[in-house]
Amino acid sequence: MSDAQKGEQRGRARPMFGPGSRGHGMGIDKAKNVRGTLRRLLSYFRRYRTTLVFVFVLAAFGTAMALIGPYLMGVAIDRLVAREAASVLLRIVGLMAGTYVISWVAQTGQGVLIATIAQRAMRVLRGELFSHLQRLSLKFHDARASGDLMSRLTNDMDAISRVLSQNVTQLFSGMLTLVGILIVMFILSPYLAMASMVVLPLMVGVVALVGKKTRSAFRSYQKNLGILNGTLEETYSGQRVVMAYGQEERVLDRFDRENETVRRIGAYAMTYALLVMPMMGVMSNTNVAVVAGLGGWLAVKGIVSIGLIATFITYSRRFAEPLRQLGDLYNQVQSALAGAERIFEVLDTQPDLTDTADAVELANVKGDVSFDHVDFAYVEDVPVLKDVSLNARAGQTIALVGPTGAGKTTLVNLLTRFYDLDSGAIRIDGTNIRQVSRDSLRRSLGIVLQQSFLFAESVTENIRYGRLDATDEEVIEAATLANADRFIRRLPKGYDTVLSERGANLSEGQRQLLAIARAVLADPAILVLDEATSSVDTRTEVHIQEALHELMKGRTSFVIAHRLSTIRNADQVVVIDAGAIVEQGTHEELLARQGVYHRLYMSQFRGRAK
Amino acid sequence: MRSILRLFRFLRPYRWQSIGALALMVGMVVADLLIPRLTQRIIDEGIAKGDIRVIWGTALVMLAAALVSAMFAIGNNFLSVRAAQGFAADVRSALVRKVQSFSFANLDELRTGKLITRSTSDIHMTQMIVMMALRILTRAPIWIIGAVVMLVLTSTQLSLMMAAFVPVIVLFIWWFARKARPLFLWVQKKLDRLNTVLQENLAGVRVVKAFVREAHEIERFDVANVELMEKNIQVMRLVAILIPTMTLVLNLGVAGAVWFGGTATLAGDLTVGKVVASINYLMFALFPLMMLAAMLAPIAAADASASRILEVFDEEPDVKEKPNARKLTNPQGRIGFENVCFSYGNNCAEPVLSDVSFTAEPGETVAILGETGSGKSTLIHLIPRFYDVTDGRITFDRVDVRELKLHRLRSEIGVALQEAVLFGGTIRDNIRYGRPAASDEEVIAAAKAAQATEFIDALPEGYDTVIGQRGVTLSGGQRQRLAIARALLVKPKVLILDDSTSAVDIETEVKLQDALDRLIADSAHTTTRFIVAQRISTVLLADKILVLDKGQIAAMGTHEQLLETSPIYQDIYRSQLGEAPQVPTTDKGDSDE
Repeated sequence: MSDAQKGEQRGRARPMFGPGSRGHGMGIDKAKNVRGTLRRLLSYFRRYRTTLVFVFVLAAFGTAMALIGPYLMGVAIDRLVAREAASVLLRIVGLMAGTYVISWVAQTGQGVLIATIAQRAMRVLRGELFSHLQRLSLKFHDARASGDLMSRLTNDMDAISRVLSQNVTQLFSGMLTLVGILIVMFILSPYLAMASMVVLPLMVGVVALVGKKTRSAFRSYQKNLGILNGTLEETYSGQRVVMAYGQEERVLDRFDRENETVRRIGAYAMTYALLVMPMMGVMSNTNVAVVAGLGGWLAVKGIVSIGLIATFITYSRRFAEPLRQLGDLYNQVQSALAGAERIFEVLDTQPDLTDTADAVELANVKGDVSFDHVDFAYVEDVPVLKDVSLNARAGQTIALVGPTGAGKTTLVNLLTRFYDLDSGAIRIDGTNIRQVSRDSLRRSLGIVLQQSFLFAESVTENIRYGRLDATDEEVIEAATLANADRFIRRLPKGYDTVLSERGANLSEGQRQLLAIARAVLADPAILVLDEATSSVDTRTEVHIQEALHELMKGRTSFVIAHRLSTIRNADQVVVIDAGAIVEQGTHEELLARQGVYHRLYMSQFRGRAK
Repeated sequence: MRSILRLFRFLRPYRWQSIGALALMVGMVVADLLIPRLTQRIIDEGIAKGDIRVIWGTALVMLAAALVSAMFAIGNNFLSVRAAQGFAADVRSALVRKVQSFSFANLDELRTGKLITRSTSDIHMTQMIVMMALRILTRAPIWIIGAVVMLVLTSTQLSLMMAAFVPVIVLFIWWFARKARPLFLWVQKKLDRLNTVLQENLAGVRVVKAFVREAHEIERFDVANVELMEKNIQVMRLVAILIPTMTLVLNLGVAGAVWFGGTATLAGDLTVGKVVASINYLMFALFPLMMLAAMLAPIAAADASASRILEVFDEEPDVKEKPNARKLTNPQGRIGFENVCFSYGNNCAEPVLSDVSFTAEPGETVAILGETGSGKSTLIHLIPRFYDVTDGRITFDRVDVRELKLHRLRSEIGVALQEAVLFGGTIRDNIRYGRPAASDEEVIAAAKAAQATEFIDALPEGYDTVIGQRGVTLSGGQRQRLAIARALLVKPKVLILDDSTSAVDIETEVKLQDALDRLIADSAHTTTRFIVAQRISTVLLADKILVLDKGQIAAMGTHEQLLETSPIYQDIYRSQLGEAPQVPTTDKGDSDE
């Protein structure tokens, strides 16, 4: 039974390296197009074709050598029975050791080689997927939950990597071992081989039957575990709300119910999964009994030798392991293929915004920007912008004002070509931005977004993101201009402080200051500030405003803000409501007009205006 | 190993299952070990002596032993699986219950992400180890001992030879463990790094595109990718060596047994049957060693998981209900702060709030204004005891909040937190969260006051629209309004809005405040309101405005009073509503925190 146990621990140990649960109810899933996916996955090995052939030769050779050992052992025992000279015995034992050593060399070599090329291929695949994600437009990213993409790049890759680097050769040598043992057994003694075969269909049947049961039980287990983990995730994320509303009991109630289900189904699924082991054990032992009993009888009749019986016992013990592995591998290969299919699905998404073939580079931008009868909808038939026209002369500051959802941010999305407009045109210095390359367009724009995003790098690196070749002095200069220098210097390591993920160790206001410093460093011709100071208190904002004021000098600037104080100094105030421009003019003009802007402005004086 | 052993106390309720599983396992090993012995009998007493009855008889005994072993195995399987699943369910349950007892301070310490991995994958890891412990891990030593005993009984000479192999194997396992452990850690580190880059690129896709940094990011990813690949190759190579090498040692052991056993047989000291049996026992003894070797990595991983789980268990909940806590009878909603000092480090030398004293009478509206980091949120978090004061006291209807039943206290207070967290489920369920029994009319009324009806009605399924991971995504302003509706629905004595309209435009916010005024004026009981805000417009009508500066109350009064007396308030006012703001003069201090 020992072979079988070795397999058990290997099989059981496997999930420990991977994520125990895949979040939301993903069980053992199957690829839809197995053959196509497999072929495409294997195409990543094309470069290593020669090595791969060598790997399989080594695997076959190693397996064959390993199978010779038990045969030689039988021969040795027969020589013992025949009481031949010790020198004969020594020669056979030497041969045995030799074949085992050769087998070791072959199998180690094979394992090392396949591990190497599998990881290389994984690197290529990972890199390809990542580069492809970079090419896809925001439309794609907005529509996809990033958790889902993340899972593809991690869990799915992991599943594939495991199968490629370990299981493929396991599968191959497993099958070779099976076939090899069968052949050798029949050559050595058809009778004993036939007797062993009596147990074989039973073994196959058990593996298949239990395997099937296990799969469905596991699917249900994974699903329920997914639900439970989902509940936990949600509870913890909302723990403060749970506490604030005193809903602990309710949370625990639901948790207990789901936890109990998982326990019950888990016990059921595991019992089935682990049933294969004792089953294989009893089969294997039965086989030994049959071989020993029948073999003994045949030996007495002089048909087989004692050595042969010993050989058979060893073989039949080695038979169980690959058989069990095959059932186990089936699931892993299936879920790896399903993962591969999900990855290829992303790779097959065509980037929908590409530069035209004759796109020109936008250079030496003066900063005249015009929106000319722009229409846009994210989803067909739900227009977000309707016939928007506005002109910004070089150096002007344009304030965009309006209620949430009016379409202010959409204007930015269009100007940056995160999305392409449906009709109309946006021009910079008279050139339609559709005619220029997106990279050169974006290089001439400096954008500070609503949610400032920072990377888990040093403060310097984060600011330098605006211009990669900036010197340290320039970085500090930019930070100073953005009023960020002071707080940066108070960080534990100043500019070299490495931020935690997404800059979580900074306050929202500090994050925004860094994002502004980044834009300062980029030194763009056109500046876009999308609620850049919304999370900074108004007095700090005053500091930033000064900095921004400096920055905006000589640049065309688009400023989106809820706070009207931010936009009083603009050359033009554009009031947008429901996707259309409703008012346009300076702060004073618009106030005098007593229209929408006036109402928005006055609403700040609640109570007094009434 | 220490951590995992500490967690084993959760096996206590399953001790009978565990003991049963172990006992069955011993039985199983005994039955298994019988088989080579019986083979030997067939060879030496059956074949050698030509006794067919012995052969068949022994074969039958072997079959019986195989069956018994299988029965034991199934029994062991049944019990160990139940113990392990029960163990996991209990640990998970204890963990969730522990988290429910946490205060905000504890939650600051153990972030959401940490808690989630601890309750999911970490528990899974330890569960697998428990299962293995009850099945393989303890079987291996028993097996080795049994096999060695049988080997010595069968042939002392051969067992001595085997003793020579032991140091070789032990040395190899030791070498492997030493090499593998740091490598596994490295791979995990590199993988984390890769995932960080990846996550950043998915979350920050706009920044990447805005600055045209795609090529830069691809390069950054590739660096992480190559590093991961290199470490992975090292690990995989090591793993690729492990199993074949152990197999080689085993096989050489067999060859050695054939040689030594053979010469002994030729010298007449051994029988052929004994040689065959010895070879079998040798395999029995060496395989478990291989199993143990291959399990080193998972054991190390599970131990790391266990220590992460224990980290949660060891966290002391720092807001606790007193054993003799009182109930609130006929609550009015009078809130008093008396010389309150608060510090996250429980040290009033570096306070977040210091010497805060004020009273909010029932029905009053108190607005709190101040710079980022001046302690506004902290102040209102102290009222429902999300944190406990470090010094001084806070009273509810003149009773120290720490003397009250925690649950009762919180149920009198409705809070809309800064970050509007919603749960998966329908909009209706989310609004009803604090009072699941509320009627549909009440839900709609709350939504109306929170200015949420307009967008809810525009949704395809209105109040039954599912939101969250599998449903519709709402904007920040919409979520905030739902959070406010949720707070209103509980009809609290004290309503706290913690900057909960920051993402709502001014016009809507004004409507919301007016609706709130009406709702509260119309209702039968009084509601004390605390409003944390950035905008002056939000606080204009408050009965009391507290201006916080560096954790202290810099000024307190009505809008008119403050406009006359408080320079800070004047500053804020001017910066938002006045003419061009004056350049703030002296305080260059902490304005950007």
